[in-house]
Amino acid sequence: MQIYLPIAEVSVNAFLLLGLGGIVGILSGMFGVGGGFLMTPLLFFIGIPPAVAVATEANQIVASSFSGVLAHLRRRTVDLKMGTVLLIGGLIGAALGVQIFNTLKAIGQVDLLVRLSYVVFLGIIGGLMFVESLNAIRKTAAGARPPARKKHTWIHNLPFKMKFRTSGLYISVIPPVLVGVLVGVLAAIMGVGGGFIMVPAMIYLLGMPTKVVVGTSLFQIIFVTAFTTLLHATTNFTVDMVLAVLLLVGGVVGAQVGTRLGARLKAEQLRILLAIMVLAVCGKLALDLLLEPSELYSLGQAAGH
Amino acid sequence: MLRIALLLCLFALPLRAEEVVAGLSQSRISISTNFDGSEILIFGAVKRETEIAEEPPLEVIITVEGPSKPVAVRRKEKRFGIWVNTDSVEVDAAPSFYAVATSGPWNEVIKDVEDLRHKVSILRAIRSVGAEISGSEDFTDALIRIREGDTLYQTNIGSVEVSEQTLFSTSIQLPANLTEGDYKARFLLTRGGGVLDVYETSIAVRKVGLERFLFRLAHDQPLVYGLLSLAIAIFAGWSASAVFRFIRN
Repeated sequence: MQIYLPIAEVSVNAFLLLGLGGIVGILSGMFGVGGGFLMTPLLFFIGIPPAVAVATEANQIVASSFSGVLAHLRRRTVDLKMGTVLLIGGLIGAALGVQIFNTLKAIGQVDLLVRLSYVVFLGIIGGLMFVESLNAIRKTAAGARPPARKKHTWIHNLPFKMKFRTSGLYISVIPPVLVGVLVGVLAAIMGVGGGFIMVPAMIYLLGMPTKVVVGTSLFQIIFVTAFTTLLHATTNFTVDMVLAVLLLVGGVVGAQVGTRLGARLKAEQLRILLAIMVLAVCGKLALDLLLEPSELYSLGQAAGH
Repeated sequence: MLRIALLLCLFALPLRAEEVVAGLSQSRISISTNFDGSEILIFGAVKRETEIAEEPPLEVIITVEGPSKPVAVRRKEKRFGIWVNTDSVEVDAAPSFYAVATSGPWNEVIKDVEDLRHKVSILRAIRSVGAEISGSEDFTDALIRIREGDTLYQTNIGSVEVSEQTLFSTSIQLPANLTEGDYKARFLLTRGGGVLDVYETSIAVRKVGLERFLFRLAHDQPLVYGLLSLAIAIFAGWSASAVFRFIRN
């Protein structure tokens, strides 16, 4: 069934969108990631204009993270104070990101920026995850325990310290704000929640306990992506509600299935699968940049009219 | 004096004598949610008060043109190992859709001068002035090539059927990725490459229903639209969580 998207102005198969939403939903349920980093490139592949894909995906992430954060709030695994500090950084970052996005859109380089960001970040995260889970599998096979984390780093010597009771931390607000800004910029440019960057940053950089990390990151992501959606909607008019709803329905159902599937697999196996997937998407995007395209010319909106 | 006037009349008569009377199967195309392209049937007849001239044969050209917009055409070049957009040429006005159908081979139905005057072929329908980059024809060619690939530009040679030098008909396929606006349908009647008569009518292509509502809302009330999108997202997120809990209990 073909459906005409009012903002993207293209006609696509509704079942294809539901299916994509479902598959990404299953993956996000299995791996506990938002799935934005997979969905946005997939939308590029099926011919949704990048600007619309990025803006609409931000809207979809609001839904999936809201659903997730409710569960975490009930379990009291959300550090609201830390979330708010990250959020302040996130909003600054998102505003910056949309500015960068619009400037580059005007000079015709937004595609390049979005694709490059994807290749760089997916490459780094996928590579790290792959190596780390391989090591973990080897260690469990050898029966060794992972080493304890170093407790004190240079981060603990910065000024403006604050107490974060839920996380049991007493640290400076500078690192969380900076992490927030970085994630905000990425959310606006790449149309992702940024969980895949924030979660490692919270664990390794801020030293937060793992059990509050996911809930807190989801809490922050809701507000940053909501803000990004509004910015894209008011400055670029690129949020496609029909597209968002189709992806949402598929995503919500898929997430339920994914959570059940995920419970049957081992953590290391899950992570290595996720890493392979991330690297595959990264590879496809990198090839597009490296190989000579079959069509050297592209059409865009003319500026200044 | 009278003789000259009579002579002029005689010359003018065959030119004016044949006129187009045309019709469309639909003068309005609605882009609804399930819009998947559309086919319009275009037909007409030649009205004349004189005998049918046998030579040269009567030919018909039909064009359908979407609203024109400036387009930036960008070219990729390899920089630092990756393919990056470098040069760009702005085409001042390129129709968002352009189909031209003829009743015979191109060089038999219209002369180049007439093409230039009436802007019939795709290349002439695109206006590109003040392009400063050398080889800007490459960019216009690329624009036509890309749009032809998307079936937004079509040249259908010989697809107009003319019977008895009087009735003619053709059909034009409108693709699914159509933009809104007033489309212009033109009928050109030619003999020996010279244009005898031109008739114009318009086709209104409009988003309707939900499509129209959402598109207008997104552009007129972007804040309301953004907030509505968020409300839908939050509601969907909440209901997913509620349903999930209900199933588990």
